[in-house]
Amino acid sequence: MKPGKSMLVSASLLAAFAIGGTAIVALTYTNTADRVSQNKRDYTLGKLHELIKPDQHTNDMDRDTIQVQDKMLGTKEKVLVYRARKNNQPVAAIIQSVAPDGYSGRIEMLVAIKYGGELAGVRVVGHRETPGLGDAIDARKSDWIEQFSGKSLQNPGETAWKVNRDGGKFDQITSATITSRAVIKCIHNTLKYYELNRDYLFKKQDNE
Amino acid sequence: MSDYNKIISDGLWKNNPATVQLLGLCPLLAVTSTVVNALGLGLATILVLVISNITVSLIRNIVRPEIRIPVFVLVIASAVTITDIIMQAFFYELYLIIGLFIALITTNCAIIARAEAFASKNTVADSALDGLFMGLGFTAVLLVLGTLREIIGFGTLFQQFDLMFGEGAQWMKITLFDNYDGYLLAILPPGAFIGLGLIIAIKNVIDKKREKAVTGILQQSAT
Repeated sequence: MKPGKSMLVSASLLAAFAIGGTAIVALTYTNTADRVSQNKRDYTLGKLHELIKPDQHTNDMDRDTIQVQDKMLGTKEKVLVYRARKNNQPVAAIIQSVAPDGYSGRIEMLVAIKYGGELAGVRVVGHRETPGLGDAIDARKSDWIEQFSGKSLQNPGETAWKVNRDGGKFDQITSATITSRAVIKCIHNTLKYYELNRDYLFKKQDNE
Repeated sequence: MSDYNKIISDGLWKNNPATVQLLGLCPLLAVTSTVVNALGLGLATILVLVISNITVSLIRNIVRPEIRIPVFVLVIASAVTITDIIMQAFFYELYLIIGLFIALITTNCAIIARAEAFASKNTVADSALDGLFMGLGFTAVLLVLGTLREIIGFGTLFQQFDLMFGEGAQWMKITLFDNYDGYLLAILPPGAFIGLGLIIAIKNVIDKKREKAVTGILQQSAT
């Protein structure tokens, strides 16, 4: 066989395999796409329902969202806010804010604030803190994060939103003070942001 | 070559991908902090190995030598992507934990090594068997390492099994020591290296002993 022809055969064979492989992947994808997106949705809803119980709202929380941008939320990127409503009355907002200054990078959180400004709960959804020490911020590892439920900007006051060691009202995680400070600061900033922007957060409809 | 026993013992022991060939260490060391993670990655690797070995063996007479490697890469990448999608569809929460390493199976040299060294030269049945037992050998090492690290690191066994087998599997978690604070080193990467080192050392000791026993018998029969 001439070298030119041989190359052509090889090239077409390779192309055939590329097309075949892509076709099979595409087929698998289209057949499971619905299931995967349902999984993603269930997972998000599951996380949200840890903070706002299913009986406290009547809307589709994971679809009633708005994107906001503010450096008080710890990131320059847009941040997603889920809104819980009961019979069209605002119940709570769940803000995906970020603590930028964790011990090893950013800590991604869900901060749920009731309409009145009281915390419904906080969850850490993404972090790279030290396993066994800083990862106690994760609700599956310890109940440290539960101490924030029911707190607000007035309870405790402005100067008490710190760990005990810095003269504040909150427990720090042993050997992970930097992590604890970052989380507390983030929650405090998110509360402040909420107070300033509450009407805006519940009014604007992204999906309509 | 259709010696099934040889294929089986090669995969599980003599030529074990993790302890002898030392391939695929990146995912091996990264995910073995608990048994369930190890099992998840092990099953995914077996699936990919079997699919890729069968496919490579099927096309071994069509593919020309000069485009062999790119075709193998294509086959493996497709198999991994499919496994990744299937996992997202059926084990979503486990996928969130070890998903990153599923994609990394592509870089697991054990898979392309089996394609090149075995599947491209053997029949489909032999290749499938080779893929299965190489995968099982790899999974066995993952499980041993996962068990060691979970016991020492967390003081538990089979925690978070519900990620794989549904909510009903939570009872499987065994807490071995109450009020155990955990031993951080075992969970962090150095613990994985130390653990794997120990496993390889133990395997070598066993092999040496066996060798001695065999040569001993030989010498006796010679005299």
